[in-house]
Amino acid sequence: MKALCWHGKQDIRCDEVPDPKIEHPRDAIVKVTSCAICGSDLHLYDGFMPGMESGDIMGHEFMGEVVEVGSENKKLKVGDRVVVPFTICCGECDQCRRGYFSVCERSNRNKSVGDKVFGHTTAGLFGYTHLTGGYAGGQAEYVRVPYADVAPVKVPSNLTDEQVLFLGDIFPTGWQAVVQCDIEPTDTVAIWGCGPVGQFCIRSAVMLGARQVIAIDRVPERLAMARAGGATTIDFETESVVERLNDLTGGKGPEKCIDAVGLEAHATATLDSMYDRAKQAVMLETDRPHVLREMMYVCRPAGVLSVPGVYGGVLDKIPFGMAMNKSLTIRTGQTHVNRWTDDLLKRIEEGQIDPTFVITHRASLADGPELYKTFRDKHDGCVKVVLQP
Amino acid sequence: MLDRTRMPSASTAHALARGLGWFSLALGAAELFAPRALTRRIGLRGQEGLVQACGAREITTGIGLLTTSQPAPWLWGRVAGDVLDLATLAAGSDGSSRRRGARGLAMAAVLGVTALDVAAALAASGTERPRRRLTYGYDRRRGFRDLPDRMRGIARDAVVPKDMRFPEKLRPWGGGGS
Ligand SMILES: NC(=O)c1ccc[n+]([C@@H]2O[C@H](COP(=O)([O-])OP(=O)(O)OC[C@H]3O[C@@H](n4cnc5c(N)ncnc54)[C@H](O)[C@@H]3O)[C@@H](O)[C@H]2O)c1
Ligand SMILES: [Zn+2]
Ligand SMILES: [Zn+2]
Repeated sequence: MKALCWHGKQDIRCDEVPDPKIEHPRDAIVKVTSCAICGSDLHLYDGFMPGMESGDIMGHEFMGEVVEVGSENKKLKVGDRVVVPFTICCGECDQCRRGYFSVCERSNRNKSVGDKVFGHTTAGLFGYTHLTGGYAGGQAEYVRVPYADVAPVKVPSNLTDEQVLFLGDIFPTGWQAVVQCDIEPTDTVAIWGCGPVGQFCIRSAVMLGARQVIAIDRVPERLAMARAGGATTIDFETESVVERLNDLTGGKGPEKCIDAVGLEAHATATLDSMYDRAKQAVMLETDRPHVLREMMYVCRPAGVLSVPGVYGGVLDKIPFGMAMNKSLTIRTGQTHVNRWTDDLLKRIEEGQIDPTFVITHRASLADGPELYKTFRDKHDGCVKVVLQP
Repeated sequence: MLDRTRMPSASTAHALARGLGWFSLALGAAELFAPRALTRRIGLRGQEGLVQACGAREITTGIGLLTTSQPAPWLWGRVAGDVLDLATLAAGSDGSSRRRGARGLAMAAVLGVTALDVAAALAASGTERPRRRLTYGYDRRRGFRDLPDRMRGIARDAVVPKDMRFPEKLRPWGGGGS
């Protein structure tokens, strides 16, 4: 079959690889009908996440048709149409039972590595480094889905692939980022980053009833899309983020701040981001936490910082004293996708939201390598890429 | 749909910029840490402080060039630095005529590097991302069936799980703090 494989920094190729096989009785094989490139994939593409090996199959946002099921899988049948969440979960361990699926204790088959690197393992993820299991990803014609009797979400035939595809990652991610802010009708929510995740944060914040939603980025078309969804926007390249946020909140700062940017925060002309660039270049720091610093500074005391943006390792010069003295709550995490999928599927069916608004590029798997670059460089108005194997 | 607008010379200009970045670092280190050896060799004795200042400048530029994705301003900075170096070399003789030949050679070398810097700066400036003003019509991509203001709160029925809620006592706004 064909699959997009990682071969090193900025080197993704569409390779011919062996078809996946059932390896465990709870598995299923899914024939991928649509998959997407996620901002998290860019961290692998740019070589910021450790633990990738040459030839690893990329992709964790995908859906398709079940073509084979293991003997113990009682949930799926051949022919079922499913969206597959990017977090692999067993459904039975302590964490899964409490709904913390992205830290499932059993699905990371490289648990000992996870234990060593993170103190305690996190869940297995599709196409996302050997720290989280080294599972083959979904930017491929076929995928083996482990524990396939737990996470995959069956979707009704009256909804198109594009309407439901993002249930596997970015829609629940934006949603959880806002839910864990525990929105009050009086809240101002500030969202850093108007990429696909930021866009879903904006829509979720509006739906959950925040009084004011403010979005920050510097890419004009992404800012335009943010305004279309109901956000007031700030262009961080031409305006002072802190000044504008304070102006828009009567000098008090936003109650809720969301980091939908992550470890590749863009270096503007600020001193701290130049410092990060230099330290990252000489490998004294792995991530660029400019957004985290800005959030800690501008957030209203007793507010919440919600961090769906992905970080990989060691961050420098985090003003934790500010966070502590201001009584801030910090919530983080890879998304516990299945916690939200039923509710969000219902809202898509009811027409409250149509997730296709974010798609700007559609192409075949073979065009994938080129589109990684287009998405990374935000060329050609690219916001979200969907590939059809 | 695929992007074909990138000029082929973009990567060459960036490779050149990185090369010049390393060069800046090496030269800067020499100027900063061994100023005496340098000044003696090119007949600028007594000007060690000035040479060290040049070294600090080179190192800043070098780090800039090695860590930026937009090298043009840093390259133009190098050009300005070259001009300064040339002026220093031309003006700052310590009177030793024996070293005049060496100083001539140093000036020729700096002139050569200046030419390289100008070429790299021009190439990098030519490949800079143009400021885009297009919005691609995304201002109509609401994602909602109605205006955002009419959708506000439509999902207030969503249950916020207990582990993601503020404890009642910490809700100054909800009247729970009594
Ligand atoms: N927690 C999860 O489960 C989860 C799931 C999906 C994605 N993510 C993460 O969410 C983040 C965003 O993903 P995406 O798909 O939207 O990616 P993206 O790269 O398309 O979006 C990032 C956006 O941030 C903007 N940005 C950069 N620096 C900024 C700054 N200083 N201030 C404000 N905005 C800035 C960029 O211009 C870009 O538009 C990534 O880190 C990704 O890994 C997390
Ligand atoms: Zn993702
Ligand atoms: Zn589990």
